[in-house]
Amino acid sequence: MSKTLLKVTGLKKSFSIPAGMFEKKKLLKAVHDVSFMIPEGKTFSLVGESGCGKSTTGRLISRLIEPGDGEIWLDGEEISQKKEAQLKGMRKKVQMIFQDPYASLNPRMKVRDIVAEPLTIHTNLSRAERYKQVSEILEVVGLSDYHANRYAHEFSGGQRQRIGIARALIMKPKLIIADEPVSALDVSIQAQILNLLKELQAEFDLTYLFISHDLSVVEHISDHIGVMYLGTIVESGPKEVIFSNPQHPYTKALLSSIPIPDPKLRRERIILQGDLPSPVNPPAGCRFHTRCPVAMDICKGTEPPVKPGETAGHFVSCHLVE
Amino acid sequence: MEKLLQVEKLETQFTKDKQKIKILHGVNFHIHQGEVLGLVGESGSGKSITSLSIMKLFKGTSGEINSGRILFNGDEDLINKSETEMRKIRGKQIAMIFQEPMTSLNPVMKIGEQLLEPIRLHLGLEEKKAKEHAVSILKKVGIPRAEEIMNEFPHQLSGGMRQRIMIAMAISCNPQLLIADEPSTALDVTIQAQILDLMKQLQQKEKMSVLLITHDLGVVAEMCERVVVMYAGRVVEEADVFDLFESPKHPYTKGLIASVPKLGQKKEKLDSIKGNVPNPSELPKGCKFAPRCNDVMPICYEQEPPELNLENARSCSCWLYKEERGGIRV
Repeated sequence: MSKTLLKVTGLKKSFSIPAGMFEKKKLLKAVHDVSFMIPEGKTFSLVGESGCGKSTTGRLISRLIEPGDGEIWLDGEEISQKKEAQLKGMRKKVQMIFQDPYASLNPRMKVRDIVAEPLTIHTNLSRAERYKQVSEILEVVGLSDYHANRYAHEFSGGQRQRIGIARALIMKPKLIIADEPVSALDVSIQAQILNLLKELQAEFDLTYLFISHDLSVVEHISDHIGVMYLGTIVESGPKEVIFSNPQHPYTKALLSSIPIPDPKLRRERIILQGDLPSPVNPPAGCRFHTRCPVAMDICKGTEPPVKPGETAGHFVSCHLVE
Repeated sequence: MEKLLQVEKLETQFTKDKQKIKILHGVNFHIHQGEVLGLVGESGSGKSITSLSIMKLFKGTSGEINSGRILFNGDEDLINKSETEMRKIRGKQIAMIFQEPMTSLNPVMKIGEQLLEPIRLHLGLEEKKAKEHAVSILKKVGIPRAEEIMNEFPHQLSGGMRQRIMIAMAISCNPQLLIADEPSTALDVTIQAQILDLMKQLQQKEKMSVLLITHDLGVVAEMCERVVVMYAGRVVEEADVFDLFESPKHPYTKGLIASVPKLGQKKEKLDSIKGNVPNPSELPKGCKFAPRCNDVMPICYEQEPPELNLENARSCSCWLYKEERGGIRV
């Protein structure tokens, strides 16, 4: 077995939200006790609906937001409590790709400078050396040197996402956190980018933390999957297990909600009632019990423990699972 | 089956910096009574402009219809209608749901007021009756505590609830045609499943025709009976939903279907369509898909392919095919 690159245990993060004059200050519990690990060279995906805390988890690991409780071990080093000044080494190893290729590239910078910026910060290379590396990396992501002298607005969505990937790759990171990298793209372009991410993983031995709401995309790219609901991972395991033998009622409902692009497979779906509860005031007990089609009395009061499933690496948090 | 809406050779253009840019280049399709027709394409293919053209919603934009016919209910050509006449049709006979439930509701107006607007305007009910009607519609779209919600503002509701309100507004005057422009795209999957399920139930109960505009082939497969595929302002293929997924004809449709990751499919590499959607002001000569096509031939760069009628009431605009009559290739 390959070594573990990232290990997260008991990660928690709350945001305080401004309250009215006479109200008590409220806490939004975005991430509530999240634990998982990613072996080197593999892809772990966090899936869930909006507000489930998947992006916050990604940002906590990349230390883009102030850490809460819990431990983050990256490459054998605990990084969750380090001060900003001590993080430079870690920042070289972890890079991010963002969802919106329009908002994540500076419109006033040329592509060459956008992609070279990490080198400017982390290395002492001369400008010529930096630009040489930029041309090489642009080639790798399917752009050419002739694109380097342009501005981001001159590119289409798919090309911009390639620029974002080039910027992430240039530091030769170990871990790439990709937060919904294809959800803003058209399907034909989405396929190009997913293929590129897979090729790059094989070529550079990259480890991905892939964050997405789209289960079909996640199935294509992942080795391991964690399904999140209201700040907790309700089920996690190898991709094959999650898709062929899901145990948690939420995973089942999520899988059944995806419209399948084949009219012959129209089926009876499990349609969840109601909306996602607010993370400011999450339900007591199992957080899913308000929408769960098979909720029992115990679910309303007691939070279900994490139980191992039949397959190695499969974990479920549900009172129904023995 | 009778045709409720027939769009013929529709051309729409916009003006930018005194330059006229054609967005629709002769769009042809029709919707039968009580049918769900899917209009599929990627961003920039002209599917939303098609729906705005049908409703003639160009106020505040430079958009205008150049030529073509939009026949509604037999021989009424919507293109010749004045703004006053269109106002009587919008919301009453043809209603629309938009993608963003956040931006398409008025944030400073109570839900009840917004819902009552079309009911007062088109049905001419007295105040008490109108309110009763509004509440019954809210109940029909599955809104709990309907009476209370009437007095609430859009920001107090979740995205899924807002989309239900939009649907309630659209169906409040029993329209014959509902145009739904990406109705579930902004929603989470479990909420999307609720909304699609609701739309399907309502469509079957009310026998409405629905024009469903979407980029999501999964939604198409789930909801539609017939599908029209658009690319660069043209219809490239039209077929029954089963035929389309079973044997797509146009290379673009083939590419689109192949590039969607499917659950349970073990594939190392997805098939993708190379290149990007062309800019409407710099369209290539000949077939607009030619630069991205895998089966491209010399003629594709020269001449635009005509629309060919194929068997099973299908049609396709591609040089790969020849006209078929009664199943026999000519």
